[in-house]
Amino acid sequence: MLDTSSDSGPQPGIHQIIAADGTLHADEVLSPFVADVNDDQLVQLYRDMVVIRRIDTEATALQRQGQLALWPPMLGQEASQIGSVRALEEDDFIFPTYRENGVAYCRGADLAGIMSTWRGTANTGWDPHEFNMATPQIIIGAQTLHATGYAMGLTMDGKESLAIAYLGDGATSQGDVHESMVFAASFQAPVIFFCQNNHWAISEPVGLQAHSPIAGRAPGYGIPSVRVDGNDVLAVLAATRWAGARARSGGGPSFIEAVTYRMGAHTTADDPTRYRGVTELEEWGAKDPIARVRALLTARGKLDAGREAEIAAQADAVAAELRAGCINLPDPDPMALFDNVYTGDHAILDRQRDHFARYLSGFAATESATTTLEGSRS
Amino acid sequence: MSKLTLTQAINAGLRKAMEDDPKVVLLGEDIGTLGGVFRVTDGLMKDFGSHRVIDTPLAESAIIGTAVGLAYRGYRPVCEIQFDGFIYPGFDQIVSQVAKLHVRTHGKVTMPLTIRVPFGGGIGSPEHHSESPEAYFVHTSGLRVISASNPQDAYTMLRQAIECDDPVLFFEPKRRYHSKGEVDLDADLSCAPAMGAARVVSAGTDATLVTYGPLVPTALDAAKAAADDGVSLEVIDLRSLSPIDYAPIVESVRRTGRLVVTHEASETLGLGAEIVAAVTERCFNYLEAAPVRVTGFDIPYPPSKLEKHHLPDLDRILDGVDRVLGRPNSLSGLEG
Repeated sequence: MLDTSSDSGPQPGIHQIIAADGTLHADEVLSPFVADVNDDQLVQLYRDMVVIRRIDTEATALQRQGQLALWPPMLGQEASQIGSVRALEEDDFIFPTYRENGVAYCRGADLAGIMSTWRGTANTGWDPHEFNMATPQIIIGAQTLHATGYAMGLTMDGKESLAIAYLGDGATSQGDVHESMVFAASFQAPVIFFCQNNHWAISEPVGLQAHSPIAGRAPGYGIPSVRVDGNDVLAVLAATRWAGARARSGGGPSFIEAVTYRMGAHTTADDPTRYRGVTELEEWGAKDPIARVRALLTARGKLDAGREAEIAAQADAVAAELRAGCINLPDPDPMALFDNVYTGDHAILDRQRDHFARYLSGFAATESATTTLEGSRS
Repeated sequence: MSKLTLTQAINAGLRKAMEDDPKVVLLGEDIGTLGGVFRVTDGLMKDFGSHRVIDTPLAESAIIGTAVGLAYRGYRPVCEIQFDGFIYPGFDQIVSQVAKLHVRTHGKVTMPLTIRVPFGGGIGSPEHHSESPEAYFVHTSGLRVISASNPQDAYTMLRQAIECDDPVLFFEPKRRYHSKGEVDLDADLSCAPAMGAARVVSAGTDATLVTYGPLVPTALDAAKAAADDGVSLEVIDLRSLSPIDYAPIVESVRRTGRLVVTHEASETLGLGAEIVAAVTERCFNYLEAAPVRVTGFDIPYPPSKLEKHHLPDLDRILDGVDRVLGRPNSLSGLEG
């Protein structure tokens, strides 16, 4: 485990580079991993976070307007998503949860495709092989095993890339997650376990899942870990680069706990006022991941009103594209029910498909008869 | 009598069971402070304490597995699995332990667990939130499996399940959670219909329509629509899926000579397959036509925009009725 003593952050043991007030602090362990990040690159990270927050706002609005069935907000977790995905190489393979929609956007997934899952027109909005990113995992923790297996395959193939599994604090209670750490350590798989501790698993506080810091578990499996401020995009970028360097150099698995906060509901179907108070929200609101970078860049003279307006305009354009793409998603054809259940023929399912087609054609016949009849009446 | 929604009736059933027996404890994700994602356990933690209404960490295998341990200690755990599609991490504990401990221990150990599972589709949810996994559990010897279709049955059958010394899977039709009905909260359980008893919910003479859970109201709608068309359907609510109460089904089919079974779950090796086989064995000489199944297709549950095509609805059930009656239907002219 990395040395977790740090004098730079407000919370002991949590590595931080950009404090909540936007001041920079050297972190003995992590700073070397982001020494090359210049102001322009920091603006780019800022831009990413602003854009995905705008995606989140727009998707939430679309759900309220009945255009999406459901949406899992990522509000407050932008630094964790951006800092991690921007540390990866294109051929690193991502195994996300349902909340990593900002990660999917950065990977290049089509905005309408991302929305299709939440609109209910498709289970999947992108081709995992095209973007080296699996589709949103809803079964809590299942993807950590997939990432581990993928990483084992990378080793077998002699590749230097890695797999990263996103997971939440709630997932760390699932057996799959523990089993994946056992396998990852046994086979020294080049996998990163990226745990966003956003403090809440629907209504359950992180204290119910873990009596001590989550990052402390991994060393028990022989996996080095680091605990970082998940609202600090540089600290997250650095930690993911640290883990990435280990994976690529044959160092095996690493575990990152990004301590962040789910500012929104679990999903739009959830009502967090039933289980948490405003004090906590205010406390975390003051640690906003975007505001601190804005303060830092402004202080360094790298973010004037013009630049801000340009970034906001870009975010609005992304939101407009998302909205149009979402609203224009066609309802799938009923016969799509039977697609891709198998790679080839299946006698029983093919029979059901044929019967359903006949059933539907009966309605078409009835409708056309009705139309003709009405036509003849007029 | 009180007018309650199905969720309120289950809540009342849990409350009554906890009042009656201090050994009844609830375990599940988000069931305490939040009162469950469907609010089924609303208020119970406040009234009974967090030692009896236990918000568990996120691990279904652990929810079931620790309930086994609690049962060894003489507790009667009621586990909530948040959604049907989340039950599979707990499947091993249910199949390998819960179902087998009584027989394994020569009857010395009982496993009076109740496992509550909101099931079925029709609520516009993403993957894993709309499944009908009941057949896996019906196929597993050692488990009792029931499903209530209305608030009164939900209240009564849940209490019976908790009182039962065998493990019971209690499937709750989540898309009917908000349907209302009169519930007699003071009813004596000893006077209630047996937990395993099926019920004729609409009498008829031309064909027997068997279903359970969320499709019972749909089947009743179908019976009304069929009546407008001069066809008299007898609708039977199974209530118990393991064991299946064949007596009223056999009695009905011997009168009507025609059987239609409908459920949301897939066709192959679903409840319909078992019921058609068993009724054919018992009523072969009475059947006027081959029995018909109207079910979900043999596919993973589809995206929500497609679910209306997957789930049996009024029209598909009536098409099945037409088939069993030999009237023009979607498969007319097809051989086999």
